[in-house]
Amino acid sequence: MGEVLITVGVVALLYVAWQLWIGDLIFAAQKAAVAKSLSEEWAQEAAAVAPTASPSPDATGTPAPEPAAVTADPIVLPEADDGQVFANLYIPRFGPDYAVQIAGGVTREKTLDPIGVGHYPGTSMPGAVGNAAFAAHRTTYGKPFNRIADLHVGDAIVIETPEGWYTYRFRTLEYVTPESVDVLLPVPQEDGVDANGRYLTMTSCSPMFSMSERIVGYSSFESFTPRSAGPPASLTGGVTS
Amino acid sequence: MYGALWRVLPGPWWVRLLILLVAVALVLYGLFFYVFPWASEFINPQEVTVE
Repeated sequence: MGEVLITVGVVALLYVAWQLWIGDLIFAAQKAAVAKSLSEEWAQEAAAVAPTASPSPDATGTPAPEPAAVTADPIVLPEADDGQVFANLYIPRFGPDYAVQIAGGVTREKTLDPIGVGHYPGTSMPGAVGNAAFAAHRTTYGKPFNRIADLHVGDAIVIETPEGWYTYRFRTLEYVTPESVDVLLPVPQEDGVDANGRYLTMTSCSPMFSMSERIVGYSSFESFTPRSAGPPASLTGGVTS
Repeated sequence: MYGALWRVLPGPWWVRLLILLVAVALVLYGLFFYVFPWASEFINPQEVTVE
């Protein structure tokens, strides 16, 4: 009997270790790996469509083609279905290996638990005028938004789709009640106001391991970098401050 | 319980130890990848969306 009780105690301690540490190592590594392979897939597809993207020097002396524009008007994708992956999210502040997929919908069973970041249905898609709103776990399941409270003003929030990269810059944090759906409005918390800018809202749980409040992060749009121009400096340049 | 397990395992002590280590690894794998993710639904329910 004593050995059974000791075993139960050890399993309980193992659960705590899994919940706080090991499980997230496993989930986060898995999620970053699938996001990176998706990114490579998009890069290969783009290279197959435009084989001249990397010009090789030739002997005919033709002038090199104009370098692709580094920014352009953002291409706005149609809204994704529930659980359908349409983008990757990168936040350099969370480390160079941080990558997580974004799918449509914010249900736990289809998007938040198995995939990572969810896009609130009915909010703007990345790059569109208005508010693009996302949710993700702050603990467990690879905890994509675990360090949301560590973001600094101006930190890059980069979303990659097959079309290119959308760079947002972090502005501010807020703590709200779970019913505060007005953070999803086209201009967050401004009812009945038409958006004249492009915003990004992230929601997660607060405090950690609790359901009593929500933490909300707001960012504003900086630029769109088309696929042909390659990854933007906001992604490759590391953390600025 | 563990004493009985040790006695029924075949072979010299290092073979028994090897079998036990493999068994422990399998149990940990099952716990970390299947049992704990399932259990966390009940132990630590979470809501991250505003609604």
